[in-house]
Amino acid sequence: MGKIYERLMSDVRLQEGLKACINCGTCTAVCPAAEFYRYNPKNIVNIVQTQDDDEIIKLLKSDTIWYCGECMSCVTRCPRTNAPGQVIIALRTLSVELGYFVESEKGRQQYALAKVLCGNILNYGYCVHPETFKYAAHPEYGTVGKWIEDHLQDVYDRVGANYGKSGPGPLRKIAPESLEDLRKIFDVTGGSARVEKIKALSRKKAEEMGLSEEEYFNEVFNETHGEHLNQ
Amino acid sequence: MNYEGKKRIWSEFQKEIPDDRYFYARSCIRQNFNPGAEQAFLDIVRNRFGKDFYEDPLHTTCGGIAYHSDTTPEETSMTIIARQFSLMNQAGYRNFVVSCVTSFGLHTEILQTWEEHPEIEAKIHELLWKACKREFTKPDFLMHSSDMMYHYRFLISEQARYPLINVHTGEPLKVVEHIGCHYSKIFPSKSVGGAEYPRVLAGLVEALGGSVVDYPERRHCCGFGFRQYLVKANRGYSLTNTYKKFESMEPFHPDLIITNCPGCNYFLDRWQYVIAETSGKTYGDTPGYGIPVLSSEEVSALVMGYDPWDLGLQMHQVAVEPLLDKMGVQYDKSRKYKGVGGKDLGIPASPANIRIF
Repeated sequence: MGKIYERLMSDVRLQEGLKACINCGTCTAVCPAAEFYRYNPKNIVNIVQTQDDDEIIKLLKSDTIWYCGECMSCVTRCPRTNAPGQVIIALRTLSVELGYFVESEKGRQQYALAKVLCGNILNYGYCVHPETFKYAAHPEYGTVGKWIEDHLQDVYDRVGANYGKSGPGPLRKIAPESLEDLRKIFDVTGGSARVEKIKALSRKKAEEMGLSEEEYFNEVFNETHGEHLNQ
Repeated sequence: MNYEGKKRIWSEFQKEIPDDRYFYARSCIRQNFNPGAEQAFLDIVRNRFGKDFYEDPLHTTCGGIAYHSDTTPEETSMTIIARQFSLMNQAGYRNFVVSCVTSFGLHTEILQTWEEHPEIEAKIHELLWKACKREFTKPDFLMHSSDMMYHYRFLISEQARYPLINVHTGEPLKVVEHIGCHYSKIFPSKSVGGAEYPRVLAGLVEALGGSVVDYPERRHCCGFGFRQYLVKANRGYSLTNTYKKFESMEPFHPDLIITNCPGCNYFLDRWQYVIAETSGKTYGDTPGYGIPVLSSEEVSALVMGYDPWDLGLQMHQVAVEPLLDKMGVQYDKSRKYKGVGGKDLGIPASPANIRIF
């Protein structure tokens, strides 16, 4: 048993999510990602079961582990009550901890995700917030979305939201003491360290690629290069 | 049929839902895209049914979207959720209701993990104390907002002004029910009806007079996929999976799609617009219109006679008017895009291939 495998097995999600897979392939058959990407959850579970560190490291450096959508459809149908989706979460966690995520195009997208989502949580108290969810980056928000954005306060007022104001209600301004609680929770639980690690390793990778931080963000958020699709 | 045997099998998927004194945790996505649905939900339970439903303004996101985008450790979400429980304890409540399906799934998973690994729960008690000087006890009951609509379905039906019946034909409206994956696919026994044959929306639809459409991709994911939507470069994943569902349901000519997940609601609505604008195809039975996509709260409120524009149905991209006309809902077309007091906010641009009113 290799050290990487041992470290992987220390993750409770893997302990709970992988118990003697029988290779039936049901997870792959129902997987929304397997139909779209060159992705096969059964093969990933197989590699983990080999306990071979070299093979697991290859996986941690690959695009493959980033194709899953974490819908967990595989969990319902697995006849052995395994959870390939939870195995993926454990692999992704380890890929970030070991700094391997910057080695793949899809892994590098963690920079944009961490910056936006954790920024939203710590600055606003929400995962998604109108100040950062913009039509320009989300054209599928549609013409109605554009209209909402152009008349934000008026539209939210009309439907009874409490946008940006104190007290209860949808999109209320989260009080400074609650935001401070979130920051302290991030600090003591390893959330801040995780975000800082993603940012630091991404900055280093950006330098290697000859990109500024902004260019790197735009690259990982907007561009796709590899042969990812299952066609 | 061995009735007793069937009853025993299904007993695993019955869910006990308390009848009063709820603590509410809002959904990040629903607040952004359909805040009127949350307000109507609270109004129905509080003012139509006279129940105690508390919201503490100090509660925050649970961090579920960040967790499932693999940007935060599970301990971070566990501790944020422990803080919400602490707020609930402080306010004197024991029944925790979440509006978001991702959040419901994460709460369920965390409670299960703590059950099986008490040492993890003990660690979270320490972390919450260290961070916020707070203590917590777990809720007695955890519900999703759709559990509540299911629980109150017969009360909603009693107050129905516009049931899910086509007023022109007298036939039940054909309703596609779409359950968010994290509602029951991870822990089926924590839901109403399980993951393969969930009753939570089907039971509500039937109680309100509609008929449920069964179609091949009924249980397929909407395609959110967290990082697969949030990162622009990956969005084809999300669109493709929604497209697969629409192609599968199209032959059944649904009048309405009802969802319990704020994200699914947004994607099934917005991707219809993208499919129309990129391919010219629309799925509504009236040419040029899509299939309206409403949450369980929005459907319930509409049936009970809430004004569609007070409810915020103008924030949907797919026009809801064909549905309103089939239900016989009385509404003022000219008020759709007006602000408070009739303030003129203009109107959204008209897409090339799909009608917005």
